[in-house]
Amino acid sequence: MIALSDYLILAAGLFMLAVAGIFLNRKNVILLLMCIELMLLAVNMNFVAFSHFLGDMTGQVFVFFILTVAAAEAAIGLAILVVLFRNQQSINVEDLDSLKG
Amino acid sequence: MGFEKFLFYVFAAITLFAAGMVITRRNPVHAVLYLVLAFISSAALWILLEAEFLGIVLVLVYVGAVMVLFLFVVMMLDVDIATLRAGFIRYLPIGALIAVVLALEIFLIVGPANFGLQQFPSPVPAGPDVSNTEELGLLLYTLYVYPFEIAAVILLVAIVAAIRLTLRRRPDTKYMDPAKQVRVKKGPDRIRIVKMPSESAAVPPVAASAAPQESTE
Amino acid sequence: MENVYLTIVLAPLLGAVIAGFFGGRIGRQGAHAVTIAGVGLSTALSLMVLARFIWGDLPVYNEAVYTWMVSDGIRFEVGFLVDRLTALMMATVTFVSLMVHIYTIGYMADDEHNWPKGALTGKNSYQRFFSYISLFTFSMLMLVMSNNFMQLFFGWEAVGLVSYLLIGFWSTRETAIFANLKAFLVNRVGDFGFILGIAAIAMYFNSMDYAEVFAAAPAHAGTQVALFGGVSLMTLICILLFIGAMGKSAQVPLHVWLPDSMEGPTPISALIHAATMVTAGVFMVARMSPLFEMSETALSFILIIGATTALFMGLIGLVQNDIKRVVAYSTLSQLGYMVTALGASAYAAGMFHLMTHAFFKALLFLAAGSVIIALHHKQDIREMGGLRRYMPITWITALIGSLALIGFPAFSGFFSKDAIIEAVGHSTLYGSGYAVVLLTIGVFVTALYSFRMYFLVFHGKPRMDEHTRHHLHETPWVVTLPLVLLAIPSVVLGWLVIEPLLVTNWFATGDWSPIVVAPEHDTLQPLREHWHGQWAFVLHGMTMPPFFLAMGGLASAAVLWWFTFAKNPKIDDQLQAMGGPVTKVLQSKYGFDDFNQKVFAGGSRLLGRVLWLGGDRAIIDDGVVNGSAHRVTALAQRARHLQTGYLYHYAIAMIVGLIGLLTFFVVL
Repeated sequence: MIALSDYLILAAGLFMLAVAGIFLNRKNVILLLMCIELMLLAVNMNFVAFSHFLGDMTGQVFVFFILTVAAAEAAIGLAILVVLFRNQQSINVEDLDSLKG
Repeated sequence: MGFEKFLFYVFAAITLFAAGMVITRRNPVHAVLYLVLAFISSAALWILLEAEFLGIVLVLVYVGAVMVLFLFVVMMLDVDIATLRAGFIRYLPIGALIAVVLALEIFLIVGPANFGLQQFPSPVPAGPDVSNTEELGLLLYTLYVYPFEIAAVILLVAIVAAIRLTLRRRPDTKYMDPAKQVRVKKGPDRIRIVKMPSESAAVPPVAASAAPQESTE
Repeated sequence: MENVYLTIVLAPLLGAVIAGFFGGRIGRQGAHAVTIAGVGLSTALSLMVLARFIWGDLPVYNEAVYTWMVSDGIRFEVGFLVDRLTALMMATVTFVSLMVHIYTIGYMADDEHNWPKGALTGKNSYQRFFSYISLFTFSMLMLVMSNNFMQLFFGWEAVGLVSYLLIGFWSTRETAIFANLKAFLVNRVGDFGFILGIAAIAMYFNSMDYAEVFAAAPAHAGTQVALFGGVSLMTLICILLFIGAMGKSAQVPLHVWLPDSMEGPTPISALIHAATMVTAGVFMVARMSPLFEMSETALSFILIIGATTALFMGLIGLVQNDIKRVVAYSTLSQLGYMVTALGASAYAAGMFHLMTHAFFKALLFLAAGSVIIALHHKQDIREMGGLRRYMPITWITALIGSLALIGFPAFSGFFSKDAIIEAVGHSTLYGSGYAVVLLTIGVFVTALYSFRMYFLVFHGKPRMDEHTRHHLHETPWVVTLPLVLLAIPSVVLGWLVIEPLLVTNWFATGDWSPIVVAPEHDTLQPLREHWHGQWAFVLHGMTMPPFFLAMGGLASAAVLWWFTFAKNPKIDDQLQAMGGPVTKVLQSKYGFDDFNQKVFAGGSRLLGRVLWLGGDRAIIDDGVVNGSAHRVTALAQRARHLQTGYLYHYAIAMIVGLIGLLTFFVVL
């Protein structure tokens, strides 16, 4: 049978890949956003797995809300990205240093 | 090893492979497509966990809407990939090291020793007459109805924000400004009718007779 | 009677407010009319109250008219205690004040010459002056009529304030500003003691009311305070209160402000710095007699201070050449007499001398002012002389004043001064022997300096320049009228009031006695026993040393400055040269001013400089305020390098932190 730990390890691996992705693609904002989506997926995976093994539907409700918020976040993030590109002709994180003291 | 377990390993492998591809592909379009793959296989895993509704939602909403949005933006923006990829190799060892260390630590915690079948036995599979959607709906529309409403508002805010951010006022388009219209004052802002003496008297008779056809008055 | 008392107090205040705030609108005439009306009303009512105390049977009034607040059981009130002591003071204060008001019309008539041309402060100075002296009358009445310590302190400070304003009235003169600041600061030293004394009373008696405190005082006779190794509470309170009196009544060593206060216009020198305000300390001690009677230490202290002031300040008067300063040092000396009387428990004699002194000293000051007016504000007695031919009224009244001052038989000063010396002679307190010797010598000195001034001013050849002499004439009636009106009591007052005041204990009304003397301190008792009427007192006085000393002083002065000076105008300088070092000491006023200037003023300026440069600038400004800001800036300059502004640096920081935490939990 598939154990809870299998799902958790899978989710952890997914999360680690996302973290590594943030490091590797530290200059590309689009990829950063995608890595965040991957992280959320890993978290959702944990929720669903626990919900199944504990027999509690609340975990799935949480996944539902996370999906909602993630969708909103993706929409706004991409909108910002578009505006950013329109103003700077670049999505390179290193160019975004106007806040630096 | 049952069929179920086989399916799990297949989809888990696809998910991890797709995730690895997402973070290493040069071309962002490919990365997005691999991300779609990761989501779809995850959806399959969720269905394996008897979360059918969420699996479907993941495919429909995430893959169908959000990922398409990503694809759309990636294709729309003219991104200079070369500069963005600079330093990829330089950071690979440290990224890998951190990921591995973190993964090992998490594995230590969530491994079979703590979350194995002994601690969390597999639940009895639900019968064919149990609807995951119905259960989720019962919970969402009763206990979580207020968060549900708030989630709706958040989505609305996201719509408004996204539109406001990307809205552009083009200089060659003509607009009406109702505020300015309301603020009009009597006098210089309004049309004035100026009484003037009739022009016919001023026009010399010779000129008037020279062009009688052009006069429309 | 409450309305009468309120009217007495508030009428001058109303006059002051009108003349002060609306002076420009009502003009000079309006200003002096309204203030004289206010003070005149108050004088008339005071005299009526006094008359009803003398011939009627007016009861003692002791009520609060307004409660300001009640805090922890202590009532802070405005109230009046009107008994015979108060009535006497009220009559004296208002009468002298009225005289000074009238006199001021003449004295300040051409005040605009005292200001630089176009000075803004010189505008309406005439009205302002009247406003101030009326305000002073109000404050002084509040002081004497008070029935509690808070109001006493209010009056005390208010008269100090008006004194400050009036000494510096000619605010464009540097010397005036210096003098008024000096007066204010020296008084502050005294007031510090005074308020500490009031605080001690409030702490131990839990009341501000005179009657309550006096009633509770015997219970505290044995109370000790753990201060300087244990002192009696009564001694502490009395000495602290007396320190206040030392400031206000200009006793050594807090006397230094009074001679300098002569920078003010002469009317206020007469009113405030001779007749009334400076006697507030004497009045206060007499009023607190139930407390002072309980501490022999305090009484001895008072005795010694008073006697020292009486002689040594008189000596300085010998070498002064400014007409007002001579009178000022004589005031100091006479205040010393009063205070000595208080120290000998002869409160009634002190009050008696206070009263007679108020009249004759106001008279002398106003006469000096009259001379000053006639000489166009020249004050050096070496440039006067022979004025009796030009100013007969001033001459006669000044002579009367001088005779009263030196204690010529049957003049008012004779009775009061003789009574004091006799009472001090009967005192058995520590220091009374010292005091009686000093006071007796003081009589000679008083006669000498008074008549030195008198002869130099009114007799001999005129020594002023031709132009001034040409314009010499008697001053207008508003100036001479007060002189005459003050001369009358200077002559007869002693004769009239010595019997009730000193012999028959007139102050007591029913069971209420404002002046309490313990039987063992009662130094006036022998006087009472041997009382055979005023004639007998005069005749007896003429056989006593003080009389011979006074006459000796008068005669010496006459020989030296009347007969010799005419032939040898350098005699004054020669005499002073003969004095040698003694003259030097006297001219430097025993070095009090230099000492204060160097030690206290210089010391506090040094302290201020050290605190300013070391404490304020180095520690607070550069150390704490700017220093901390600079530290933060320096730290931030380094810390800002941490903030790269790159997103992934923050991400790394977060993840490293996450790893750290996870490791921590896993390892544990």
